[in-house]
Amino acid sequence: MATSRIAGVFAALRANGRKALIPFVTAGDPDKATTVPILHCLVAAGADILELGVPFSDPMADGPTIQRSSERALKHGTSLRDCLALVSEFRRTDNATPVVLMGYANPIESMGYAAFAAGAVSAGVDGVLVVDYPPEESAGLHSVLAASGIDCIFLLSPTSVEQRMDDIARFASGYVYYVSLKGVTGAANLDLDEVAAKIPQIRKHVDLPIGVGFGIRDGETARAIARIADAVVIGSRLVQEIENSAPGEVVGNLGRLVGGIRRAMDS
Amino acid sequence: MQMYDLPDRKGHFGPYGGVFVAETLIHALDELRDQYEKLRTDPAFLAEFAHELKHYVGRPSPVYHARRLSEKSGGAQIWFKREDLNHTGAHKINNTIGQALVARHMGKRRIIAETGAGQHGVASATIAARYGMECVVYMGSEDIQRQSPNVYRMKLLGATVVPVESGSKTLKDALNEAMRDWVTNVENTFYIIGTVAGPHPYPMMVRDFNSVVGKELLTQLPEVIGRQPDAILACVGGGSNAMGAFYPYIPHRDVRLIGVEAAGLGLDSGKHAATLCAGRPGVLHGNRTYLMQDENGQITETHSISAGLDYPGVGPEHAWLKDTGRAEYVAVTDDEALEAFHLTCRLEGIIPALESSHAVAYAMKLAATLPPEQVLLVNLSGRGDKDMNTVARHSGITF
Repeated sequence: MATSRIAGVFAALRANGRKALIPFVTAGDPDKATTVPILHCLVAAGADILELGVPFSDPMADGPTIQRSSERALKHGTSLRDCLALVSEFRRTDNATPVVLMGYANPIESMGYAAFAAGAVSAGVDGVLVVDYPPEESAGLHSVLAASGIDCIFLLSPTSVEQRMDDIARFASGYVYYVSLKGVTGAANLDLDEVAAKIPQIRKHVDLPIGVGFGIRDGETARAIARIADAVVIGSRLVQEIENSAPGEVVGNLGRLVGGIRRAMDS
Repeated sequence: MQMYDLPDRKGHFGPYGGVFVAETLIHALDELRDQYEKLRTDPAFLAEFAHELKHYVGRPSPVYHARRLSEKSGGAQIWFKREDLNHTGAHKINNTIGQALVARHMGKRRIIAETGAGQHGVASATIAARYGMECVVYMGSEDIQRQSPNVYRMKLLGATVVPVESGSKTLKDALNEAMRDWVTNVENTFYIIGTVAGPHPYPMMVRDFNSVVGKELLTQLPEVIGRQPDAILACVGGGSNAMGAFYPYIPHRDVRLIGVEAAGLGLDSGKHAATLCAGRPGVLHGNRTYLMQDENGQITETHSISAGLDYPGVGPEHAWLKDTGRAEYVAVTDDEALEAFHLTCRLEGIIPALESSHAVAYAMKLAATLPPEQVLLVNLSGRGDKDMNTVARHSGITF
């Protein structure tokens, strides 16, 4: 199998002594037409990998900001099929930046594993992260994805014990996503010391790049995280920017925000 | 009798059940599973639970021959299992006592709960008061409107009631919000789930605690009617009262098990909560089960006059009992349930919960088709005091 886009990106960054910036936005927020321009603007502003949220009616692991973005996207009827179509559209002019779909199990259950994997391959999706599919419940999906060359991204959390890290390591590819706090997305109580203590522990068990997310809201925190992890994931802060921007200013505002975070990380 | 020993060690009932949660909760669920595996066969724990059920809840609840309702139906005899006579007015207290005892064993002093009709919230607030625990109840703002007396009861009992404004503002959204609280406060908090859904071990644990209902029936019915009934009927939202009545009877193949769902304005109207009758399998709230969902896998809003049945999922064990044919699932409309509610009030002097009225309505329909020597046992899961506002509004009355 050829090296995945995700592995390629991390190898190139490592060679240059840089860390990955992974922004998250919800597909279809504020509307379907703006999603692809947003993705291109995130890349232009310094994103290395894109996480595209698949909206779900019951986002149990998300705080109010991302809940509202899902509600906006669902109001326009943004389906999993639409998300795949948006990735296809993005791929017409960007064949290099990895795209990870992030969401909940039921839209995938509804579409069926084989249909989803085939759709993801043909759209150019590189990784899939399903919040409520732990490895022991998702062997069916993940074997289909792995056979299609799509990376299976898993979460680790402050409550993950060492045995669990080994379990996750057996199934994970691409990178692992360390949830930096106990809570939902968008909470503001990230503990840098706790994260700094946990990363070396994870590295003992997991031989993949480690991204850190949940609770990273500014350049300064991103920079601190970039010193200890391989990737910084930012979601709620960007979604908040989309929510608060006037129509027509969304893309520009996001570009400025992400550009600032990129500069802080690299400084 | 056939052996039945589900769920398996990972919480599966055939393809249903399981543990579909975010990573942060995995460790807490592993701990809970291990603790509960020990406690469920620990004689001291079971004795403590039995003591509470007897002296605090007032168990066993009686079985009662609804003679005039049976005459009105013109066929089989309808009997009630009087869960409405329990302390706090419904079967929900059985489970909250069990889980609060587990929480005590695990050293957790803060409990959270979701509630729809408010019965589970009241039962959680009650037991938190008794055991001196902090209690936070999540409740959809739509349900807070519909069930205001229960909201006040929870507050009297010292609980904090948090209105949930997201999504459809009903039970499913309250569950989402309780999960979010749990993921944030997982170290000191015990989540008392009120129905036989959620990630393993909840469906098994809630079933076990409620199965006191079916266990009592197994000994009570031979005493009063000389045999086991021909059928047991219970309403099904998430399905906890039904599972409690059904579970001990699963090996008794000659007893029909009938779950009655909420057909709302009618199964064809799209405005109902009849998940097993009209839904399809998927993943929500930590388990794989039947769900009300659209063609894209988004969960759809449900409707029922009864807040306790207004839920787009159902316990995974019911999904398995449906697929294997061991239990049958039917649905009755808001109007049919209301009619049964009024008949039960006037003919039996019992004000049933609107949830339980669904089971009564179907029992009356079924009784009419059966000979008078047959016996239908309805689990009368709760009393209807909480439903005064809803019923009055339907009759055009304001207090």
